[in-house]
Amino acid sequence: MLKYTDEHEWLRLEGDVATVGITDHAAEQLGDLVFVELPKVGATLTRGAAAAVVESVKAASDVYAPVDGEVTAINEAAVSNPESVGTDPQGAGWLYRVRLSDPSQLDGLMDEAAYRAFVG
Amino acid sequence: MTADTAASLLQTPLHALHQEAGARMVPFAGYRMPLQYPLGLLKEHLHTRRAVGLFDVSHMGQIAVRARSGDLADTARALETVVPIDVVGLPPGRQRYGFLTTQGGGILDDLMLANLGDHYLLVVNAANKAADLAHLLDAIGTECTVEPVDRALIALQGPGAEAALARHLPAVAEMRFMDARAVSFQGEDGVIVRAGYTGEDGFEIALPPGSAVALARALLADPDVKPVGLGARDSLRLEAGLCLHGADIDHETSPVEAGLSWAIPKVRRRSGARAGGFPGAERILTELDDGPARLRVGLRPEGRTPVRAGAALYAAADASEPVGRVTSGGFGPSLDGPIAMGVLPSTLAVPGTPVFAEVRGQRLPCAVAPLPFRPAGFKRS
Repeated sequence: MLKYTDEHEWLRLEGDVATVGITDHAAEQLGDLVFVELPKVGATLTRGAAAAVVESVKAASDVYAPVDGEVTAINEAAVSNPESVGTDPQGAGWLYRVRLSDPSQLDGLMDEAAYRAFVG
Repeated sequence: MTADTAASLLQTPLHALHQEAGARMVPFAGYRMPLQYPLGLLKEHLHTRRAVGLFDVSHMGQIAVRARSGDLADTARALETVVPIDVVGLPPGRQRYGFLTTQGGGILDDLMLANLGDHYLLVVNAANKAADLAHLLDAIGTECTVEPVDRALIALQGPGAEAALARHLPAVAEMRFMDARAVSFQGEDGVIVRAGYTGEDGFEIALPPGSAVALARALLADPDVKPVGLGARDSLRLEAGLCLHGADIDHETSPVEAGLSWAIPKVRRRSGARAGGFPGAERILTELDDGPARLRVGLRPEGRTPVRAGAALYAAADASEPVGRVTSGGFGPSLDGPIAMGVLPSTLAVPGTPVFAEVRGQRLPCAVAPLPFRPAGFKRS
């Protein structure tokens, strides 16, 4: 199940763990990425709070946690190769995995069609 | 809302060209300007360092100053009452970097000043051009006419700039760094200088809109020449250690604190033949003699995390009070790492000194670094 937030993140749910990244639309807007900062494995995320940071040459952008939960994995390859987050944000450029503490929080998120309509 | 609402934004003569090239346009200093093109900021930056970048800088202010007496020497003397540089000794066909100073010894704006034989041309920052014009009219408007010149301005920058431009204007090959000349292209008259804001060899060409667009199109037909936006313009100038007014220099920062003392020659300093006589001279000349309390520095963060404008600087990882701040910062594509400029107490403004920048609550180790971050490619002879 693939979900999107209005902050331009995507979540792919498998069981109670979601893989999270930024959308291709967000990556295009940000431009060439040069730095990625991820949460630590085991960190507790709060929906709406900054969970990661992606930086272009020009600016730093927070990536907000789309749900509450605990970080179970991070994409070290994205840290060593920030460019991949820009070029393949919904594939190799995923950011982290989170174990949802409240799966009902997914109900408020958009599906693919709704997100495409949202970004126009 | 500010003046930067969509409806009130001005367009440069090269606007259609930006749109055709697929630029992402942003509001900047009241203009709709290209931030980047489809190539992207990183590649635009690297292309300029390797080949040739073409920048539309038509938003910048061009101001012609002429003494009402008709005597160029009178114009030079009038200009020396607003800038602390040597205008009188600037030969025809040459340009110098300088700045308008405030009564308090800060920097109202920085500029390029060219002696064009019968008048001086000032090129000033887009965001300051109205204020600069008002200041000049107030200060020297009695002796001089001070007139904005409505021309496009194209910067062509990079090691291949001379070859690319000489195909259309062969005489540019004879120019050296900071030369300024009259130019004619397709029957329209303008000005060309061998200078820029990237640390590379290059030219800035001021022409009326019609010929400027024609020249830009002719240049862009060359595969070596790519359009470059404001994003890469900023990363290029940061690597070159060049100041951005409003960030690294401002109304409070003196030229001495900004590390721009080199632009103030002996003749304008204490015991010089034309010492002082410009706004803020007392503070600026005293700082030249005694040294400033703080100085602009280069900063190299040790890790990969970019350190950006506004970040507080600390002398130690556990220090309670900041000693300075970052004034410009980001990522240097040619250095493949984060770079920044900031202001520190003069005692710490020594290359190699360790300092700490606070980013998202963490103190990141940085080293004070010499400027520029990479050597310039000017053609000086």
